[in-house]
Amino acid sequence: MTELLTLLLLLASLPFFLAGTLGLLRFPDLYCRLHAVTKADNLGLGLVVMALLFQADSWRQIVHLLLTWLLVLVAGATVAHLIARKARDDGHQYWRR
Amino acid sequence: MIHPGPIFDLILMTTLITLAWLLLAGKDLFRAVVLFISFGLLTALAWVRLGAPDVALAEAAIGAGITGALLLVGLGKLGSAERCRRTVRPATALQRLTPAVLIAVIIPSVAVILLLELRQLKTISFGQQKLVLSLLDISGTDHPVTAVLLNFRAWDTLLEKGVLLLALTGIWSLDQAHPLFHQEPLSPVLKGLSQLYLPILIIVSGALLWQGSYAPGGAFQAGALLSAGILLAALGGRSLPSYWPGLPLRLLASCGLLVFLLVTALTLLTNELPLNYPQELAAVLILLIEIFATVAIAVILAAAVAGGHPAERHKHHSPSPEKKP
Repeated sequence: MTELLTLLLLLASLPFFLAGTLGLLRFPDLYCRLHAVTKADNLGLGLVVMALLFQADSWRQIVHLLLTWLLVLVAGATVAHLIARKARDDGHQYWRR
Repeated sequence: MIHPGPIFDLILMTTLITLAWLLLAGKDLFRAVVLFISFGLLTALAWVRLGAPDVALAEAAIGAGITGALLLVGLGKLGSAERCRRTVRPATALQRLTPAVLIAVIIPSVAVILLLELRQLKTISFGQQKLVLSLLDISGTDHPVTAVLLNFRAWDTLLEKGVLLLALTGIWSLDQAHPLFHQEPLSPVLKGLSQLYLPILIIVSGALLWQGSYAPGGAFQAGALLSAGILLAALGGRSLPSYWPGLPLRLLASCGLLVFLLVTALTLLTNELPLNYPQELAAVLILLIEIFATVAIAVILAAAVAGGHPAERHKHHSPSPEKKP
């Protein structure tokens, strides 16, 4: 049962990483690409962590895993913000159709 | 069912070699630095696969983290014209060889030589592991790597601390540190991040230091984390109080080596053998050395990223900006 849940959650994380990578490669401007990458980081990693929670042996490991996700969330969001802010200050143009 | 391990290893190895090639061959230095950081992270993963979590931790924290920061800061000091590698005109016959020739000739020949050599080697699957494990009882620690680093081969670690301090002396003799992180108005988000992460980094680095006595961890990893904390605090707009950059900073940077030397001198006087700890004191001495080493490594690495000696307080010829380590 736990194996199945792990498998399902891992499979569910794949589309996010795939979409994030595709977005990073194909999206038209810096801001869109940032948006794509952070999605992969936040949700993809979240699903991977959830999948691994079912494989954890102890509460310690569960806390470690959740903490990892939380810290990556915060760091990822901050870094995305900093990059976007710097790009705006440097006058990067927004993409228009 | 095929075991996924070797497939993963193969992908990892191919990625590592590709990354190495890309970062050496590219013209854009910024790109090269970013590739170097990812190379470091993947190398750490390779160490994990080889069953060496201690080295993996050090590689991730120092090889990827601190070295990456050092390179990025160095890059920031270069002008935009210098950020591209210039194409070098080939001078010797060897340099005229194209990458394709190199790959086609050198890689196979190296592989053949390596294979021939490897066939001569006897497989010693455990190295010195048995010896170390049999002596673990008297080492004062429960983790074989720490036992080797701080007891059996403590001499090497002592010299390592000296090298670090020497490196900082070299950096300080070159230039005065310029304030690195004076972004126009500081992003409040970054400030918040540094406030959230600083306590966590301090706790985790303390935990890593303590963990070194029975599991992968220790002074180097803990020090690298702590220096990341210092740098993050600096990025978040904190700075040292003005009386700090003088003697206190120098003492903090050298305390690791000084304590280590003190222990060496004491053991030399009492046992006539340097760094031969009395068995009942070994655990305490190792912990003492590691605590001071952690602080010193953190300060030295952070000061290295700052890239120069601290501004002197008494000279007012320039509106000297506050300096952090």
